[in-house]
Amino acid sequence: MAQQPLEGSQAIAQAVALCRPQVVAAYPITPQTHIVENLAKLIADGKLACELVSVESEFSAASVVLGAAAAGSRAYTATSSQGLLLMTEVLFNIAGLRVPLVLTCANRTVGAPVSLGNDHQDSMAVRDAGWVQLYCADNQEAIDTTIHAFRIAERCELPVMVCVDGFTLTHTLEPLEVPAQQQVDNFVGPYAFARTLKPTDPITLGTVLSHEFYPEVRHAHHRALLDAQEEIVAADREWHALTGRSTGGLLSIEGPPDAQTAILTIGSILGTLADAQAEYRDQAPAKLIKLRAFRPFPVDALKQACEGLRELVVVERAVSLGSGGIIAAEVRAALSEMSSPPRVHSYAIGLGGRDVPMNAYPKLVAAAQSESPPRFAIFDLQPAKLPAEDR
Amino acid sequence: MIPSRLIEIRIHGRGGQGSVVAAYLIATAALEDGQFGQAFPSFGAERRGAPVTAFARVAEVPVRRRCQVSAPSFLLVQDEGLLHTADITDGLVPDGAMLVNSSRAGSEFAAARNFNLVTIPATSLANEILGRPVPNTAIVAAFLSLTNLIRADALETALARQFSGEILDRNVRLVREAARLVPAGAWKELCDGAAAA
Repeated sequence: MAQQPLEGSQAIAQAVALCRPQVVAAYPITPQTHIVENLAKLIADGKLACELVSVESEFSAASVVLGAAAAGSRAYTATSSQGLLLMTEVLFNIAGLRVPLVLTCANRTVGAPVSLGNDHQDSMAVRDAGWVQLYCADNQEAIDTTIHAFRIAERCELPVMVCVDGFTLTHTLEPLEVPAQQQVDNFVGPYAFARTLKPTDPITLGTVLSHEFYPEVRHAHHRALLDAQEEIVAADREWHALTGRSTGGLLSIEGPPDAQTAILTIGSILGTLADAQAEYRDQAPAKLIKLRAFRPFPVDALKQACEGLRELVVVERAVSLGSGGIIAAEVRAALSEMSSPPRVHSYAIGLGGRDVPMNAYPKLVAAAQSESPPRFAIFDLQPAKLPAEDR
Repeated sequence: MIPSRLIEIRIHGRGGQGSVVAAYLIATAALEDGQFGQAFPSFGAERRGAPVTAFARVAEVPVRRRCQVSAPSFLLVQDEGLLHTADITDGLVPDGAMLVNSSRAGSEFAAARNFNLVTIPATSLANEILGRPVPNTAIVAAFLSLTNLIRADALETALARQFSGEILDRNVRLVREAARLVPAGAWKELCDGAAAA
């Protein structure tokens, strides 16, 4: 399959269209806008048979796709930042009703301060909503993960959030392979949802539930998310057999196998760190662990990936203010089950879209050797910009 | 894999001059030429007239890094007024070169004392041939002519992805004329040197 030069948003829109959604509802927000604009164009040009619903807010966008999916249509939405937070109440309902949906989050930080910059504060804020969350390292992964997402959502009866770094991926043009329609049709199949609402066979979705059954419903939802790991891995394996491309499933590892230091990353800074890893190979050898699935959190795969490591640097693009690293906290908890776990270092980097340069890599590797590392720190902080009392 | 040949370009312009499109055009033409390219804007709110920065990389292998271009080998400046901003040549490598949209001679610019600087009257050329004062395509064509980084016919194929009919014909005329207005291959050694660095 030949590569085409495509902007990330354009590529994501094409991937969504290949999955033949029947309803798309979205409200524009930077940096998500180009995705929906491109979908609207495909519909207007007659290349995609789909109902595009213009709504007045993200709350309505999420509500429309919830209703559409429950009523038997494959549905899709995309948003970002404040838009995702405005959807929050509906996101919990979509997941709690176990309705299969796909949402692209063009990751952007959350105000205040208002900023358009890319980080993961938005999707991390809704990590407990009960959605599958898959993070993409590049635009090819964004195409492939979007296609996986519809299949995973419908097979697991769970909504899937495909997290794509705003601007860094959505606004970057690069050569990409767009799969053939037939290939996607075979892989995703027609929309299937057993609990579709229909007048001929009436059921209720979303009844009031007392404590008599509430904990059991939560347990079942939790189990469904944990079990989704198998479907995430299976989708990747089958897609690899079809296309020769793997996104790594739950996580992937690259770099010298005998390195005792590793950097765990999520999202699109992987590429910069990977180029830097090659450039600083002799000076700062370290493995790179790319976390693709954050929900479900792949505890077993992570423990296996960290076997033999002495130092693990978790580098993430969000912060739980008053606590520290979000992913790092979960990594520390998971690795505490190991007999000899690595030391876990926790850093946030690139908050609000601050550029992550190549030389971040050797600095991170050097920080991993520190005798008394901080519990958590913002790695690329510029203390001179702070008032003296905050330094 | 570390790219053995990686050319990094930074484009400065004003909102509405098509700086991002110029970067996309370079990356698209690179792919049409059998090379790999990547292009992206400096991220932020888009406002007509405000300074805009965009980046392009051209390499023999797929480009993985996504950091901004902080040490470009080449600057493309779409508005000569931007040369008065203090940081425009920040990071430009010592033997780097600048292509400036201007009807004045390169030697008239202070930056020419420190950097190899060539000018092209891209706005007036675009006005004459396209009937629109958008300098981006002419600048890209002149840059590729100076460096031989990408074959000229690959640029025309890239334009054919965007345009057709008379608009395409005019753009093809524009890029051929722009390529003729600069000394072809004058920056080829700079380009090869930058790639080897």
